[in-house]
Amino acid sequence: MVSIIENKMIVPNICMITVSAPEIAQSVQAGQFVILRVDEDGERIPLTVSDWDVEQGTITLVYLLVGKTTQKLASLTAMDQLATVVGPLGNAMEIDHYGKVVCIGGCYGIASIYPIARALKEKGNRVTLIVEARSSYLFYWQKKLKSVSDQLIVITRDGSQGVQGHIGKLQGILASSTPPDRVIVNGCNYLMMRASEETSPLKVKTIVSLNTLMIDGTGMCGVCRLTVNSSTKFACVDGPHFDGHEVDWDELAKRRKA
Amino acid sequence: MPQNVKRKPDFIRREMPKQKAHIRRHNFLEVALGYTAELAVAEAMRCLQCKKPFCVPDCPVQIKIPQFIQAVADGDFATGIRILKESNSLPSVCGRVCPQEEQCESHCALTKKNGTIAIGRLERFLGDWEAAQAAMALPEIGTATGKKVAIVGGGPAGLAAAADLIKAGHRVVIYEALHMMGGVLSYGIPEFRLPKHIVEREVNYLRRLGVEMHTDFVVGKTQSMDSLLDEFDAVFVATGAGLPWFMEMPGNNLNGVYSANEYLTRINLMKGSSFPFSETPIIRHKKVAVLGGGNVAMDCARTALRLGAETTILYRRSRAELPARLEEVENAEEEGVQFLYLTLPINTIGDDSFHVTALECLRMELGEPDASGRRSPVEIKGSEFVLPFDCVIHAIGNGPNPLIPATTAGLTIGRKGNIVIDNETGKTSKERVWAGGDIATGAATVIAAMGAGRKAARSIHEFLVSR
Repeated sequence: MVSIIENKMIVPNICMITVSAPEIAQSVQAGQFVILRVDEDGERIPLTVSDWDVEQGTITLVYLLVGKTTQKLASLTAMDQLATVVGPLGNAMEIDHYGKVVCIGGCYGIASIYPIARALKEKGNRVTLIVEARSSYLFYWQKKLKSVSDQLIVITRDGSQGVQGHIGKLQGILASSTPPDRVIVNGCNYLMMRASEETSPLKVKTIVSLNTLMIDGTGMCGVCRLTVNSSTKFACVDGPHFDGHEVDWDELAKRRKA
Repeated sequence: MPQNVKRKPDFIRREMPKQKAHIRRHNFLEVALGYTAELAVAEAMRCLQCKKPFCVPDCPVQIKIPQFIQAVADGDFATGIRILKESNSLPSVCGRVCPQEEQCESHCALTKKNGTIAIGRLERFLGDWEAAQAAMALPEIGTATGKKVAIVGGGPAGLAAAADLIKAGHRVVIYEALHMMGGVLSYGIPEFRLPKHIVEREVNYLRRLGVEMHTDFVVGKTQSMDSLLDEFDAVFVATGAGLPWFMEMPGNNLNGVYSANEYLTRINLMKGSSFPFSETPIIRHKKVAVLGGGNVAMDCARTALRLGAETTILYRRSRAELPARLEEVENAEEEGVQFLYLTLPINTIGDDSFHVTALECLRMELGEPDASGRRSPVEIKGSEFVLPFDCVIHAIGNGPNPLIPATTAGLTIGRKGNIVIDNETGKTSKERVWAGGDIATGAATVIAAMGAGRKAARSIHEFLVSR
């Protein structure tokens, strides 16, 4: 059993949970995920580790309320326990000195991009963070994000903050300064697909962190399979980070509905 | 009955009561009901008590078979189970899932007359008998050696090794990646063949012996192998099956196509058959195709049948070549699973919503025997035909689990991704690390994995006491 330290809604429909998991906090790297099970009969769902504290032995996950399991998770409080939190699973995001890196986050990806930007910054990269949401009230962690970026660009659909529009503005934003050496996108599949389409003509290597269905998360069941560069990959052990220009997005979207 | 009394050989193998096929095809309860004490004694009394038993050499864990059978014949079940547990810590499991007909039973002196002693059923009887007693006798534990062994993986190989090592006086900690102990016994083999409470019972027996168990712990991820080696004197890697194989053909990523691992895990580990009371969904498909002819294929087909589907097993050779246990094939046939032999699927067809709708297949004929000694299937040109299905389950095996090989330096890895070991000792190329079971050999049986676990345990014990 895993103890919940804190669990709260941070913006409408997006919650943040901090749990006690000292071993995971010790070994987790940016871009890895855990598999979580709320109770004995609960399903296993993958969630990206968005922050961690080695000293306190805690990890923090940010999740979108999408179905029964996340709804049930949101109903728990600091007194409760979770049946399973196992990880860190998947590969860490490849972090190197690239030069200029653009990190893009939307939805829960605003949180999961944070440790990636932090690691890139620590490696001496120039980090531009772009976050996207429907409206300004859906942003969170802005202070944290500022602290790990050289530039923070905000895009809102309704124009209530920053640039008005959506991720389709990406090419324009990238054209206004020196082209980046790498783009990393975290968020819903649609955001990652659209961002990859935007960077494709610019020929900038674009890494996406996929969120597929998973059960064991250790390469045993194969439900997370997808097509990358016309070969089958397992998101849990081969990923979850792939080249966004090589992913079969259409198939991915259709498999998500299974 | 005293051994020296001559009696006429009894060639009639006592049948084990089963649930009727038309009833069991609608439930997940265990199919075979087990011997009663009377049946068990009657069966055991048939044993000839060969001076040089033919049954023992082929047992991967070297159970003293004639001795335990004699104890049953004498009605002394407590002695029987004690003898059994000297070599096998999971009798209720092995009695159910071991392929005895290929191992111990195949060499029984009574086999020629079709009267083979039902060794597996007697083993199962003793395991279940003991569990029904108020108190379970615990074996003697050797004096504490102060040595610590980590076991990676809580499946059959890991559990067997743990039992031997704890009895030898070492401290044993098992790390299991899933939320339940048992490995394939929990996620793979269905309830109707191996009830999960039996797995739990045998795992609890090891707990009572003092084996420590950590579930939800992925060695290689949660903690690296090298840091484990700092803490422990030796490590045994028994991580079992990994990446499932799919038949090479288009359409494998369509919705409705599963690996056997996924399908069975959803039902067994995640209790998908009781959805929505448990939360992992499983779609109730109407026409299910299972590709493959092994025990896992039988498990998938019989599971799909119980979930209400019309189920067909597609196999490229004929019935005689099926690698599954005959007992399981017969059970599947009785329950109404259809078999389509000499059939090779070549294409999975889907609709606009990306859901499988049909399989295109080729007819085959049997040619010359291949390396495995089975007649190899040859395609009949132009024999393509299409069959409608809304679910396709690939049960053609899987590779070894990639997590440890991918995250551990200094391990020699074979061509198929398996950890290379010394067959006699289970030693890997990395110091103080042993491996065994499916991770070393590729997919095999529960008892083979247990045998590998015991072999490694012996070698680890020798290493630890020599230091």
